[in-house]
Amino acid sequence: MRPLPALGLSVLALMLGSLTVGAAHIDLRAVFSDSQAMLVLLESRLPRTVAVALTGAALSVAGVLIQALVRNRFVGPDTSGTAEGAALGLLTITILWPASPLWLRMIAASVAAMATTALFLAVIRRLPVREVMLVPIAGLVLSGVLGSIVTFIGWQTDLMQYVGTWLMSGEFSGVISGRYELLWVAAIAAALAWFSADRFAILGLGDQVATGLGLSTATVMRLGLAVVSVVTAMVVTTVGMIPFVGLVVPNLVARIMGDNLRASLPVVALVGAALVLACDLAGRLVIRPYEIPAGLVLGILGALLFLWLLHRRPAHG
Amino acid sequence: MIRIDGVSHRIGHAPILHDISTQLPQGRLTALIGPNGAGKSTLLRLIGRLEPLQQGRITVAGHDIATTPTDRLATVMAILGQQTAIASRLRLAELVAFGRWPHHKGRPGPADRAKVAQALEAFALAPLAHRFLDEVSGGQAQRAHIAMAVAQDTEWMLLDEPLNNLDMAHARGLMRRLRLMVDEGRSVGMVVHEINYAAAWADHVIAMKGGRVVAQGPADEVLTESLLSDLYDTPIHVGQHQGRPLVLHHC
Ligand SMILES: Nc1ncnc2c1ncn2[C@@H]1O[C@H](COP(=O)(O)OP(=O)(O)OP(=O)(O)O)[C@@H](O)[C@H]1O
Ligand SMILES: [Mg+2]
Repeated sequence: MRPLPALGLSVLALMLGSLTVGAAHIDLRAVFSDSQAMLVLLESRLPRTVAVALTGAALSVAGVLIQALVRNRFVGPDTSGTAEGAALGLLTITILWPASPLWLRMIAASVAAMATTALFLAVIRRLPVREVMLVPIAGLVLSGVLGSIVTFIGWQTDLMQYVGTWLMSGEFSGVISGRYELLWVAAIAAALAWFSADRFAILGLGDQVATGLGLSTATVMRLGLAVVSVVTAMVVTTVGMIPFVGLVVPNLVARIMGDNLRASLPVVALVGAALVLACDLAGRLVIRPYEIPAGLVLGILGALLFLWLLHRRPAHG
Repeated sequence: MIRIDGVSHRIGHAPILHDISTQLPQGRLTALIGPNGAGKSTLLRLIGRLEPLQQGRITVAGHDIATTPTDRLATVMAILGQQTAIASRLRLAELVAFGRWPHHKGRPGPADRAKVAQALEAFALAPLAHRFLDEVSGGQAQRAHIAMAVAQDTEWMLLDEPLNNLDMAHARGLMRRLRLMVDEGRSVGMVVHEINYAAAWADHVIAMKGGRVVAQGPADEVLTESLLSDLYDTPIHVGQHQGRPLVLHHC
């Protein structure tokens, strides 16, 4: 079967499933006669479902981009200092100007995410290319250091409760209408990346080939940096960091489809949406009527998937 | 013509190239020869603007590489580096198709597709077109990289040791194709280690050593016993075969 229609159908099925599962029982067939059910659906279920799908899709695309930028398959937006940078930006603006409007906070988060990701790129460009594993290690170290700084400042300023929601594994139970719409910004940023898919694919071939083909590598790097940072900042501030999606999904898709990003980015987005939808759904079902955060489910499932990928793929990947 | 005027290059504090002035003639096949570390790759990378020019001036077919936009240069010259190992997982056909990118910038037309098909055919890659780059042999990957440069279809082609990994038949096939392209009016500059390929196919030879050009000129004037023996610090005998120099270095 062609991958796109099949994946599209799976995502739709998962979204329908997500609409029907929850603490209050609602019958999807009766929503038009039952105003209470309609309210639950429009105010809570639908926003949550859309939020989950957008998050999965956008983070996966961001994962592809960061992997093309650093030319290493073992990094994701959650292991390159991006998420911690976004949290740091948010924390800073919250301290400096507690009453700052939302749009300003989002800009602060995005800009800080961009700065820390740029720092990551600068660090790894100095590493020997052949040391494949140094790149993810550098990312983990940078994330760890930045995370500690954020936590430290959070403690000192009594803002731990916010910091917790940004840095702990993300979850979607708090999503209601009016509180998730920023994820559309993430999705749009990811969608825009598709128009430059060829450029990112060429960048992934190395500076030498990219320059030979007349690509301005610096411009493409900046574009990728911007998309990755905006996506991550929006996700972190809305639902918290969802681990492993941006790492595992690009790897899974590249194994099968390769790195022709123009063809593979839509598939990446759908697989990412399906994966996070499935994890969110699973988290809601296993200990009903309570919930396990989707981020936690992904932490376990993603780690297993990643180990399997590592095992299957020779280290030169 | 590629003109190189007073080009010097350093990496860190180490001088790599010393005040090089030379030319690669238009419509000719030029071979760059010299021992390991002579600076051949560095010079080729400077011409191909893969390395920023520190000192001196280089023009390719009248385009100053320091001032011409990089995407414009990509329609004038194609460059294949010495290091072709890449981590990307592309099918061979997709890689070769990227050679057309400087011309169509993402919107390939029928002419672009035809050029890609031709290049795949020319390097016997059609049966492998749908294989991934990391799932073919070294020589096959090398041919795919050369095919990408050929698909770029530029006035100038710069190739750094394109014969790497190629078997005898494919090496010869590549040289014949380059010869054909040159006879049709294109220009080629290539780094060659196997001197006899230069002897058999090149019009013009530039010999480098220690970051300097030590000799340049028509192939049969440069490829002499005394010059080659000095260049490589090893005794070399030059004979004749079918009217071309034949370099012997057995035993
Ligand atoms: N990154 C680097 N740092 C320091 N020195 C370098 C670097 N790259 C190359 N060199 C030095 O520059 C000189 C020229 O290198 P270059 O690669 O141009 O040689 P080459 O003629 O292409 O050799 P080969 O035949 O081995 O490919 C060599 O002496 C090399 O040691
Ligand atoms: Mg070299």
